Amino acid sequence: MAAVFERDEIDVEPFIHGEEATPEFEAANIAQDRRRGLLIALPAYLYLLVFFAIPLLTVVVYSFATRDRFGGADLTSFNLDSYVELNDQLIRTIILRSAGLAILTTLICLVVSYPFAYYMATRSETARNVMLVFVMIPFWTNFLVRNYAWYVILGTDGPLSRVAEFLGFGPTRVLFTQSAVVLGLVYGFLPFMILPLYASIERIDGRLIEASRDLYANGLQSFRHVLWPLSLPGVIAGSILVFIPSLGAYVTPQILGGTGTSMLGSYIVTQFLTARNLPFGAAMSTVLMVFMLAATIIYFRKGGRTL
Amino acid sequence: MTEAGVAHVDVEEVATTVDAVAIRGVTKRFGSGDGEVVAVDDIDLSIADGEFFAMLGPSGCGKTTTLRMIAGLEFPTSGSLKIFGDEVGTLPPNKRPVNTVFQNYALFPHMTVLDNVSFGLRMQGVDKATASGRASELIDLVQLSGMEKRKPSQLSGGQQQRVALARALVNRPKVLLLDEPLGALDLKLRQEMQLELKSLQRDLGVSFVFVTHDQEEALTMSDRIAVMHDGRLLQVGSAEELYERPANRFVADFIGQTNLIEATVADGDMIVLGNGSKVLAPSDYAAGTPVAMSLRPEAISIGTRGSVPAEHQADSLDGVVSTAVYLGHALDYHVSVDWIDLEVRAPAVGSRGRFQPGDEVSVWWDRSSNWVVAD
Ligand SMILES: Nc1ncnc2c1ncn2[C@@H]1O[C@H](COP(=O)(O)OP(=O)(O)O)[C@@H](O)[C@H]1O
Ligand SMILES: [Mg+2]
Repeated sequence: MAAVFERDEIDVEPFIHGEEATPEFEAANIAQDRRRGLLIALPAYLYLLVFFAIPLLTVVVYSFATRDRFGGADLTSFNLDSYVELNDQLIRTIILRSAGLAILTTLICLVVSYPFAYYMATRSETARNVMLVFVMIPFWTNFLVRNYAWYVILGTDGPLSRVAEFLGFGPTRVLFTQSAVVLGLVYGFLPFMILPLYASIERIDGRLIEASRDLYANGLQSFRHVLWPLSLPGVIAGSILVFIPSLGAYVTPQILGGTGTSMLGSYIVTQFLTARNLPFGAAMSTVLMVFMLAATIIYFRKGGRTL
Repeated sequence: MTEAGVAHVDVEEVATTVDAVAIRGVTKRFGSGDGEVVAVDDIDLSIADGEFFAMLGPSGCGKTTTLRMIAGLEFPTSGSLKIFGDEVGTLPPNKRPVNTVFQNYALFPHMTVLDNVSFGLRMQGVDKATASGRASELIDLVQLSGMEKRKPSQLSGGQQQRVALARALVNRPKVLLLDEPLGALDLKLRQEMQLELKSLQRDLGVSFVFVTHDQEEALTMSDRIAVMHDGRLLQVGSAEELYERPANRFVADFIGQTNLIEATVADGDMIVLGNGSKVLAPSDYAAGTPVAMSLRPEAISIGTRGSVPAEHQADSLDGVVSTAVYLGHALDYHVSVDWIDLEVRAPAVGSRGRFQPGDEVSVWWDRSSNWVVAD
């Protein structure tokens, strides 16, 4: 997420001057703007320091420590043991499974959100606002509660099973499967895909679509050559916003997934709380973070020109 | 129309008598209930093949909507719309032999100039090499060679305008639709482009339907002009017809400058002006109809009080100069006649012959200038 925050700050910084600046004063003005900008951004910097940088550093430091006999971390002996331990078949399986589920979640979110975001972006002002509110409504309820709602829906006695039974498919239990996890993740992170997509589609000049149709493109060609490339910034932003939390998801796999569907997030928590191997959990977290950071940077570099 | 042009030989051979565009009783409504807007109200229009046709009217009168219906970007609520004899009704835009130069161009920002111009051909399945070749020809034609690799954002307004033109023309449309294509350019560039567009149209022999709210632009470029107001079509005709024989008060006022002198139709081809004087002005309106006499400023002569030539005595008024503006090629006077103010455009003469504000003058005009318009 660090890269995302940095971008935001760049956007906030340049204050536009109402009066026209002569060249001599321009440098002084820019310096003044810098100082003023810094002052305004100070609370955000402090927040990042206290709630982001310090915990992050703590985790990184712990990952190099040694596990002591009482399930704590010996902060006097630093080594790479925890990282060596990561090279393990079980860990690889969990990482691959998590990445697979996160990619699947991202793709499903994209496919579901795109038409919706397009529809929303092409409605009247009022209709758009109403739809935006509907997209946000789930946020009014606690994430945990919403996951338990799915727990009930997907369970053996849940409505889904009843409907399946009624239709003659017999009792169905989706709960505790990977499908349930993906469903829960898609449900939870859908707004994070819809909103950036909507924002970037809404910005596209509708006349460009019309121009492509006038120039003999059919609906599909118009989408492929005009709408899709112009909405890429939203696609990229939405994908990052869904992929990253899906990869490290904890609550959803914990509630909707079974024992055989353990994902990275749950595994890390287990290391901290149950296995009490703090350095190992920290090492895994660090690797996950470095990986996400790298993915984010590559994504932004690639889409940098259009973002 | 028949210069020794090369490109339009094959067009002439076809010798088609079918209208390029035939609009019959077309109405377009937006919204419903209280919010209903009648953008285009029951219009009939025929645009001939190879014609430079302008649609003129103030903002919001329905010009763009009419153009969009021809393009297929909007469908008529009712009526018939034919392109070269084929009813196009609800045919989508990609199935119509017309192309559009959009207001503000609508160039694809993520594509180079070359990709923009070859887009239409590529979508029709022309292979990349052929499409690029044809696109390059058109880019040459609009004098943008060397800019093929640029993005639209790296071009000036005038250059973007040319790309938009090339992008539409590369498809060899049977009708080219242009929506205020010069509106965003500054005056000098606009005048240059007017001439270029006109000669391009002549060379290609393709019908241009040109939307503008600038009457001067319409008058200088077009073979025929349609004047629209509030969704209705008021008059279609050549520049000369519109200027000299406007169909109603709105057209008289909108095309060029004019003096509208309130009057009432009397018997025997006479009308009674606001001050009670009768002038001969034949019209089809029934006696008693409130009308106006449209008198162009340059049709009015001005002289010292009492200098009215005998033959114009019946068509003269006495007044006092209220303002006199020197325009270089002409003098613009406002003359207060007891109940109205008349604008008079007189050829510029040496300072001796000029009138000053306050001078008592007479104005007169040729009887043939008397033109009656109603609402
Ligand atoms: N999509 C639309 N929805 C509702 N009203 C529209 C729409 N398009 C045009 N109108 C209305 O139709 C009328 C004619 O518009 P338009 O054809 O754009 O005029 P012009 O091009 O002559 O300025 C205007 O009153 C405009 O507000
Ligand atoms: Mg318009």
